[in-house]
Amino acid sequence: MTTESLNSSSRGKKWLWFHRFGSPAWVYGFASRWAMPIGVVALLLFVVGLYQGLVVAPPDYQMGDSYRIIFIHVPSAWLSMFSYFVMAVSAGIGLVWHIKVSDLVARSVAPLGAMFTFCALVTGSLWGKPTWGTYWVWDARLTSELVLLFLFIGYIALSNAIEDRRTASRASAVLALVGLINLPIIHFSVEWWNTLHQGATVTKLGRPSIDTRMLIPLLIMFFAFNFYFLSAMLYRLRCELLSQERRTQWVREIVND
Amino acid sequence: MNDQTVSTMSAMKALLRRDLMIALRERGDMLQPVLFFIIVVSLFPLSVTPDKTLLMQAGPGIIWVAALLATLLALDGIFRPDHEDGTLEQLVLSPHPLSLLVLAKTLAHWLVTGLPLILISPLLGVLMQLSGDAIIVLSCALILGTPALSLIGAVGVGLTVGIRKSGVLLSLVILPLYVPVLIFGAGAVQATMVTLDPQPHLLLLASFSLFSLAVCPLASATALKISVN
Repeated sequence: MTTESLNSSSRGKKWLWFHRFGSPAWVYGFASRWAMPIGVVALLLFVVGLYQGLVVAPPDYQMGDSYRIIFIHVPSAWLSMFSYFVMAVSAGIGLVWHIKVSDLVARSVAPLGAMFTFCALVTGSLWGKPTWGTYWVWDARLTSELVLLFLFIGYIALSNAIEDRRTASRASAVLALVGLINLPIIHFSVEWWNTLHQGATVTKLGRPSIDTRMLIPLLIMFFAFNFYFLSAMLYRLRCELLSQERRTQWVREIVND
Repeated sequence: MNDQTVSTMSAMKALLRRDLMIALRERGDMLQPVLFFIIVVSLFPLSVTPDKTLLMQAGPGIIWVAALLATLLALDGIFRPDHEDGTLEQLVLSPHPLSLLVLAKTLAHWLVTGLPLILISPLLGVLMQLSGDAIIVLSCALILGTPALSLIGAVGVGLTVGIRKSGVLLSLVILPLYVPVLIFGAGAVQATMVTLDPQPHLLLLASFSLFSLAVCPLASATALKISVN
């Protein structure tokens, strides 16, 4: 064996782990192995984070106990945007390189993203009642979160409306990418609109640099949400894989077991 | 076959001429979005208030929303008839870049549906009690903004053209993407009314349209290729 072929074969091995993600059967096994443990970690973090946040952390000097919704609100708002990013990027990868698994990842992330966006909106408006006095303020961030929800709904509606699954994935991938380009523009336009419109905007927190005792539960909840996202995504991915590959041998074997 | 001898430019011109001719021969269809535009705007004084100052304040927003809806209503015509009679397949198969052909079709569509809205807008401005300056800015904003509406809309129609009943779906897909146009377009007129400079809004609107001009034909072409298959 020449050194050259040795090199290429070792390089091949180095990248082998990555190529396996293209195989639905392997990804199914991977998802089955990891969905549960990651979910357990998420659950533990939720318990610890909620205890820390709701019991241990001190009340805010201005907002009292109502600020505690931050421990749900901020992680959901983060994940709402992160899910859109994950969805658009994996849909784009599926569109360009025709990787089936990647399409399915996008498909399984979309409802999760819509759910997180909805959570962020609901918690935001519940938080708004004690702090701003009304359930809904046309605050720039809330408004762009609302538009984000519409984008998720449009994506889901489009991918459900097209019967052929391949066409559905590819068409909704184009929409997701257009949305991804448009999202920053929407965000900034909404921000300018609000400042131009109303003069002083309501700043979310007085933010005299957040107390460590509040920051730690926030970080724990942040990780809890992320682990939950990962676990839920893997569970959904399993279903998507089984239904997409229902005619293949490996699915038959699993179903017959 | 003399495909090689036809340049892309002349193919685009031929397509533009064809689409305009079809539109001119069905003048009734051309009128519909404009009538819709006028009717929607005139519903607001009836439903909200005929009060002069309130109308003036809400006017720019109402006119822009109505323009958005009128564009949306006419949008399907950009690819659907061609999809139904098979022309679209021929366009996809043609040796010319599909994105440029799509651009020609979008331009034709804008001339047929966007331009009439702009021409009628001063009248609606008067109905909504806008001042002379505000009406001029409104027309400028529509000139700068409606191309973006047609360009983004073409992507949406490209994505949904394969679906039989896509009316509501199209609006679900497209309307969130129209948010920046609405904000800057109505913002420009509102700025004029409080004697601020509308120029920043207009420039942002123009840049958004130019950006759409660069990106959207490519996206529409991809969408059409997927839909036509």
